[in-house]
This record gives sequence, C-alpha cells and structure tokens, in this order.
Amino acid sequence: MTTTTTTPSSTTPSVPVVLGTSSDAVGWTTVCHVADLVPERGAAALVDGQQVALFRLADGTVRAVQQLDPFSGAHVMSRGIVGSRGDAPTVASPMYKQVFDLRTGRCLEAVGREPVDLRTWPVRVEGGLVMVAVPVTPSAPVAAVAVTVVDPADDEVTP
Amino acid sequence: MDTSPREDSPDELAPPTTGPVDGVIGELTEPKHPGPATETPGTYRAGMGASRHLVVVGGGMVAHRLVEALRDRDDAGTWRVTLYAEEPRAPYDRVALTSYFSGRDASDLALGTPDLWDDPLVHLVRDTRVTEIDRAARTVTTVRNGGSGPTAVEPYDALVLATGSYAAVPPIEGSDLPGVFVYRTIDDVAALRGWVEEAAARWKRPVRGAVVGGGLLGLEAAGALQALGAQSTVIQFGPRLMPLQVDEGGGEALRRLINGKGVAVRLNTSTTRMRPGRDGKVRRMDFADGGRLDADVVVLATGVRPRDELARAAGLDVGERGGVVVDAGCRTADPHVYAAGEVACIDGAVHGIVAPGYAMAEVVVDRLLGGQAVFPGADTATKLKLSGVDVASFGDAFATTEGALELVHADPVAGIYTKLVLSDDAKTLLGGVLVGDASAYASLRPMLGRALDGDPGAYLLPEGAGSAGRPATTLPDDATVCSCNNVTAATVRGAVTEHGCTDLAAVKACTKAGTSCGSCLPLVKKLVTTELESAGITVSKALCEHFDLSRAQLFDVVRVTGLTTFSEILTKHGRDGLPQGARGCDICKPVVASILGSLDTGHVLEGETATLQDTNDHVMANLQKDGSYSVVPRIPGGEVTPEGLMVIGQVAKDYGLYTKITGGQRIDMFGARLEQLPEIWGRLVDAGFESGHAYGKSLRTVKSCVGSTWCRFGVQDSVALAVELELRYRGLRSPHKFKLGVSGCARECAEARGKDVGVIATDKGWNVYVGGNGGFTPRHAQLLAEDLDTQTLVRTIDRFLMYYIRTADRLQRTAPWVEEVEGGLEGVRAVVMDDSLGIAADLDAAMARHVDLYQDEWKATLEDPEKLRRFASFINAPTTPDPSLAYVAERGQVRPATPEERLASSDGSGPVLVAGTTLEVRR
Repeated sequence: MTTTTTTPSSTTPSVPVVLGTSSDAVGWTTVCHVADLVPERGAAALVDGQQVALFRLADGTVRAVQQLDPFSGAHVMSRGIVGSRGDAPTVASPMYKQVFDLRTGRCLEAVGREPVDLRTWPVRVEGGLVMVAVPVTPSAPVAAVAVTVVDPADDEVTP
Repeated sequence: MDTSPREDSPDELAPPTTGPVDGVIGELTEPKHPGPATETPGTYRAGMGASRHLVVVGGGMVAHRLVEALRDRDDAGTWRVTLYAEEPRAPYDRVALTSYFSGRDASDLALGTPDLWDDPLVHLVRDTRVTEIDRAARTVTTVRNGGSGPTAVEPYDALVLATGSYAAVPPIEGSDLPGVFVYRTIDDVAALRGWVEEAAARWKRPVRGAVVGGGLLGLEAAGALQALGAQSTVIQFGPRLMPLQVDEGGGEALRRLINGKGVAVRLNTSTTRMRPGRDGKVRRMDFADGGRLDADVVVLATGVRPRDELARAAGLDVGERGGVVVDAGCRTADPHVYAAGEVACIDGAVHGIVAPGYAMAEVVVDRLLGGQAVFPGADTATKLKLSGVDVASFGDAFATTEGALELVHADPVAGIYTKLVLSDDAKTLLGGVLVGDASAYASLRPMLGRALDGDPGAYLLPEGAGSAGRPATTLPDDATVCSCNNVTAATVRGAVTEHGCTDLAAVKACTKAGTSCGSCLPLVKKLVTTELESAGITVSKALCEHFDLSRAQLFDVVRVTGLTTFSEILTKHGRDGLPQGARGCDICKPVVASILGSLDTGHVLEGETATLQDTNDHVMANLQKDGSYSVVPRIPGGEVTPEGLMVIGQVAKDYGLYTKITGGQRIDMFGARLEQLPEIWGRLVDAGFESGHAYGKSLRTVKSCVGSTWCRFGVQDSVALAVELELRYRGLRSPHKFKLGVSGCARECAEARGKDVGVIATDKGWNVYVGGNGGFTPRHAQLLAEDLDTQTLVRTIDRFLMYYIRTADRLQRTAPWVEEVEGGLEGVRAVVMDDSLGIAADLDAAMARHVDLYQDEWKATLEDPEKLRRFASFINAPTTPDPSLAYVAERGQVRPATPEERLASSDGSGPVLVAGTTLEVRR
C-alpha cells in the first residue's frame, strides 16, 4: 500500500489525534475513501464545519484548499480544472479562471485582479482513507468576500 | 486637446476676427448674411457651438467621406455641416451596388457608423435638392423632392459640391422605353430587380437581358442581370471590354472569362435603336451591322457625366467635358466653394471612380481646417467586382510612359493574362493589368513607382508556385496599402510596433485599413505578420505552455492519429521538454475535450475525458454567480407543446427555480444546486426533453419565425427546417458556441443574419448567410449561397460547420474565422460549394458520423451510476446543500442575495433569506 503524506509527520496514526501543544493543536479528520475521489478532479467536503475542496492528482497525492473562491464569493473551487503550471499542480477557478498552486494555495494568475491566495489544509492518505488536518479548536469560518458581477455576455445566459 | 479657436489659422476662411486680411480675401471673409458666421468670437470661445457652417451638396460616398474626415479631425468643433442628399437615404456604398442583387438589403450598403448622423454638428437632410447657389449672398436654396415643401434658403461659410455624376443615356431611339434602365442608385437597381422578377413571372421563361456598354459598370450590370436569373448579353461599341482598364490581350482574356460565365459578348457593335413590343415595353434591339437581339430588359451603362449644372448656373468654370474646375486644393475660383469627387474637374480630368474622390474629400477637409493639402494625383487602380471574374488594372496600364517595357504572361488555357509595365531599365513598376488571376494586385499596387525586388517576371507567376513563386515584397513605409481609407504601410506597421496590436482585427480597428472594400486585407495581414515577426513578437499560435500546436493543428493531429485520451495526446504531441508531471491546464484541456467531442469519440464524461471539461460541461449545466446552476432543456426551433411547457413549469415550481425565456427561444431555469441536477433532469428526460447544450461550446439553438404554416407572409416552412437543423447539429462540439436562425421570408423575423448560420426563405428555396453574431461585436452574416433546395442547403451548412470546426482557433467564432481563414468568404465558398480543397466528401462523412452517433448526454448520464457520483454536493455529505447559498424574493421569484443583503440578514436588520432552493412537494 502506498502512503502519501503532505505533512512533515509520517508516523501519525490513522485516527484523529492531537499533535503538539494545545496552542497549535491539530487533529486528523477522515473525510472519505481515496477511491471516492476522481483522479484530476476536485470534490467538496465538509470538514470541521468548513467547506474544503479536495483534489486527487495524477500521482495519487491529495490536496486540500478552501472551497470558497475568493474572487467570486461562491463555494466552487472543487469544480475547477486541475492542471499544471511548470512544476506546480494547479486548479483554475471555474468562475473567473484565476489559477492557484494546489500545494501552497498561492494565486499564480489573477486575471487582472489583485492576487488572493487560498487557504490550504494538510492532507494524508493512509489505508485508502483521506484525512485532513484540522485545528482542535475550530477556527472561525472564512468570511465571504464581495462578489464580482460580470457583464452579461450574450443573449443566452452562459457565464 | 486643443480646443482653442482657429482664428490665427492661415486659412482664408478663418472667422472674421483678428489678424491681417487684405485684398479679395478680406472682402470675401466679410459676412454678408446673418447666420452662424456672424457669431462673435466670444460666443465661440464659450463653447456654444461651431462658428462656421459648411454646406455639402450631395449625399454620396465622397460627401460621406468628407463629413467623416471632418468630424474626425475637427477636434475643436469649428465647423457644423449640413448635407443635402437627393436620395431618401444616408450615403451608401455605391461601389458595392451590385451586391444588392446578392440578396443584401439596402441597409447593408450603409457606409461607416450610423453614429455619424447623430453627431450634433452634422445635419443630414435627405430627399432634398439644392436648386440654386447664390455666391454673392453665400446661400443655397433647397427644396424637398416632389416639390411639395416650400423652398428654404440656407447660408454657408463654405460650400462643397459633391453632386457626383448621372448615368449618361446615349441618344439612341427607344432609350426611354419602359424596361430600359440605368445603373447608378439603389432605386435604379431596385427597379431593375423588380422589372426582371416581374418579367420572369409573366413570361415563365428566362428573361432576356442586354447591357449596352462593356466597361466596368456594364460588366457588373451583366453580372447582376445574371444573378437575377436573366440571360445577359453585353453590347460593346469598341473592340474590347473594359477598354479604359485593360489592353488588347487583357480584353481578349476577359471576353473569354465573361463568356465562360455564360454572358454573351458582342464587340464592335453600335446599337441604332430599341423597339417596343405590343405592350409598349422594350422588346428588341437593332444594331448598325444589321443584326438584332431580343431583349426584355436593357441596361444602359455607357458612362457617367458630372452633375455640374448648379455650378454652371452659379457662373463657375466647367471643364471641356464637364466637371467643375478646381485647383490642386479642390477649390473653385470662388474661395468659398469647393468641389470633390466625380463632379470635380481637377488637372483637366474628371475621375469616375471613388478613390480620387476620397482623396479630394481629404484635401477639402484639410483646407477647411487651415491646412495646405493638395490633390496627390488620381489613383485610377480598379478591380472588377464580379464573382469569378478577376480583373485588376493599375498605374500606366497601357505603357504610355516613354521607353516603358511590357512583361506579359498569358495562359489562354487557364484563362489568365497578366502584364506588368516597367521602366526602361526593367526595374521600376509603372503599372499592370491582371486578368483571370488578380491575386497579386494587393501586393503589387502599393509598389507602383518603386523598384521591384528580384526578377519582375516572378510576380506574374501564379500564386503559390512553390519556392520559385512570387518574391516577398518589402513595402516602403509611404506606400498606400488601403486606398479607401488612405492608410500607408507605415501606419499599419506602427499599429503593431507602437500601438501593440497583435492581430488583424486589432490593426483594422486601430488604422481603419481594410474596413471599406476589404481588397487590401490580404496585404494588411501579411504586413502585420511580418512586422510582428521582425519585432520579435512571435505570432504564436501555440495553445498554452503544454502545446506548441494551434487548435487547428491539434485537431488534425487528433483526427489523423485517432488518439482518444488527453494523456496520450499530451505525451505524443505536447511541447518538448515539459516537466515531469505536466498535466495540461484550463486552456488545453477544454480544447482537447472539444476536439474529442467534435470527433464524436464518446460521452463527454467518459473516462479521462471527464477531467478535461470545464465545470459547465462537467455537470452539463451553466454555472451561475453564486455557484448554483441553470438548466436549459432543448426546445428545437422554439417549438414547444403546452404539455412540455407544463412539465418545465412544474419542475421549476417544485425546485423553486427562477425561470426566464432566453434569446434563443427556450426556457432557462436558474438556481439548481449541483446535487439537484440529476433529479431535475430525470424528470425532464422522462417528459421527453433532452440536453439543450446551453453549457457547451456547441450548437445552442436554431431560432425561427413561425413561417408559412401560419404566417400570412411566409414563403417556406421555417419552423420545420429549424427543427430539422437543430436536431441535426445538436451536441456538435465546436471551437466556440454557435447559433442558427431560419426566417420564412425576407422580413427576417428570426433575425437569422445575426447568427453564425442564417437561412432566409426565398420563392425558390433558401438563401444561406454565414458569420453573423450578436454580443460585444455584432456582425451581420454574409451571403454564402442563394436559392438552395433543402438538401443542398443542409449539405452546405454541414460543410461550413465542419470546415469551421476543423480550422478555427480556440474560442474563435465564425465571423472572425471567415475573415481569417484562407481566402476569406470567397475561400469558404470555394471549399464549401465547389470543393476546391477536395475535402467535401470528408466533411460530409464527418457530419454524417456526428448525426449517427448523437446521443442525449443527460439521458446517458442518468443511466450510469458512475457518472452520477460527481453530482454530490459534498463527498462526505452528498445531499447536504451548500450552506452558503441564500436567496431573496423579487418580482415573485428568487434571486441570489447580494453581499449587503447577507450582512443585513445576519445582524437582523435586513430581509429574511431563503436558504437555498427547496423541493416543496417532496418534503
């Protein structure tokens, strides 16, 4: 069995457990089976009350970023196209096509807007399960941002 | 911007303000009439309007150019302009008059933008004649046509005569018979058309037409008669056709070409009289050689004469053969009166073509604004606008220059005669005649008076004659590329190097080059490409960082290799040296998905292909701003039963969807959540609906009017055809979305010419137009073919669409594609109608395959549990709605809450939000 981890730790057990001190307490929440995720597509998950976008890449790695698209204010990041820019695995927002590095959440292409990065979560896959690291003390939900309105493009509504 | 008045201008017509004035100029600038010119400079400075009044007599192409140029250059608004047009319409493109027969309506001939006539400083008075000029009082007298209205007197500060010409009627007995026409205005052409159509209906046989005059206009008229279904014979007094433009060899080649098009030609023939039939209408022509010809309609195209009668009456000099005499500044002996265009006699000559007229208009404008421009000499280059007959002539076509050499290439088999006229050292290009193949015209004409690179003979080789073909010309900066708009090579180059234009469309918008007759577009395109290359700007057609290929190249690769997965395509045909793990991107993935879709390699969500789709195609719905989707079932041709409407209504009601009628004659339902889509579609599919592909780069709709089944005016069953076409092309993936329209008669209620493919019914069948669209840059579709039967029509559209799908760029709609594709619209016509590339069978087969393999994507998806998994809202809570969705009620329906409304709701000060749409009946 292949174990892929994206956190420094490789000895963590496969059930939620507290790591470190109370100030930076992190637990692992099992979200789904890795087989539930379609390779090179995203899926939304509710993790610790927050909307997270999970991506299973071609090499088996799973990445997690915020589901909220900071440019549109809609929770849609999991529905973007997965790809690459140079070495970086990326997702493009399905709304206005900003491109983000899935490893760091960094905005690589802001399409004429001020770049805004995505929050990321550590993910590990073990025993066929996908686990996302969450703080033991739940953080506040990510605030919604202003929504941009695009021009009506045509006579048939197709943003 | 300089908004200061031009009182310090050296122009003799400066307002009567300060500065030295003397002699005759001083006298003439004294205002002799009340009117705008007496406004004080103070008024003018206060910006209360233009201080000077320009009256333009005439509403033709030159008048239009003059007003356009004046409004373009007169930033300070010193002049207001009044145009008196005799015709009841704004200036139109008389040069393109023949195209009126190709089914275009009068509005297509409009020049420039209609905004010009909304300009507060421009006043267009239609249907009105100027009857008198009072030069002493500086006024014109005008009267409405028909003489019903009172006459009016209008003062001017400057007057431009742009009255043009009238069609000369030769003194032949019977030239006033009914059925004898001239060929000058839209009304002439419309009357001719009506006559021929009526005669065809009455006689139930082909109408016999004759054209007197074998010049440029006569040949166009003959072509027009033929386009109307009439037989046509050209009667030429002289020994060859187009005697002013082509030499003997060219004339002979031209005669053969014209014959080949089915137009008979009689040379050396003098018409002595035209005789009426018993009905009093023209029936027969008698010739001096004793010959005769039956004719139901005769067009006189024996030349034009300047409309100089106003000038004569006003005591202005006219030339020997008519025309108002003007100096190099286009001014008559009266410094307040100018003449431009066909009415002007400049350097002792009157010019009956538009290019010198445009040049004169520019000179007049420059002079009005205080400049010193002079007429640069007449550019008499001409190109015959007759489908399938390529003739061009430019410069010293008859080698009249001392010591001139003629280099001739004649190929009677191919029907080609080309000649270059060179200086005595065989280096400088002095002129040329091109018959049968005028493709070198655009690049040769600007070289006039300049040394040609390399062997001049090479320029006469047919286009594309391999490496030994035509040399690449390096145009000097000051060479005129677009003579319609007077754009030089330097301006085109500057658009690239200084204004950052990187494609033809941008250069056209920036320079106006190629925006009138368009004959220079191939040259402009070549210049732009060369300039981009030499500026180090690679005109990369590469899709993205993963593919060096353009979309069209990639399409061919996939089609020929038969590859069906993105991974294989990327591995085998991706850019060299891609990093390990390169996996495509949001550019190339949807392109490959679209190509695979166009080739009908399987369901859009099959295997790896599903990962290539943008969200709309991935869930087969349209993503909206809040992350919900809209659902559009297909309603072919806009025809829907009451039962169908009730199903849509019930679904929308049950799921709380906002409903709106689209521009494509169907119904859009908004606010469906991802996890609701399969359920909603389950109900729609059960009721017999299928995917409308509103989400795809594919056929959207075929819009139609109600047609002959119900409409009193319809001549064909437009709805039946629209349904047939929509069912044929549904689901066809393409470089961009495309739309069709079918109108049941010429009233065009379906607005088909605003579509990528528009079909308009005629008495005899269907006319098909291509390359129209609405959106940001609205475009009218252009005529591709006329009077097709339904089977030929469908085959024509099949080929057009497949050719577009194979060769267009990513996200390129049909309008820019038609412009960019090899040969433009003519090229498309050759491929689609005449199979010039030999690919028609292949295109037909590809479309047949599409029609065979079509399946409803939604129906197939509902039958496959694997495909349905992607519709879970959350992977660990598949039916939990997105908690962030919130709606407010508006006009009886829902809409997404704004960020302000969300905030107000959360602190209790605003409206209560509806948390997502609900399915009431299933709770």
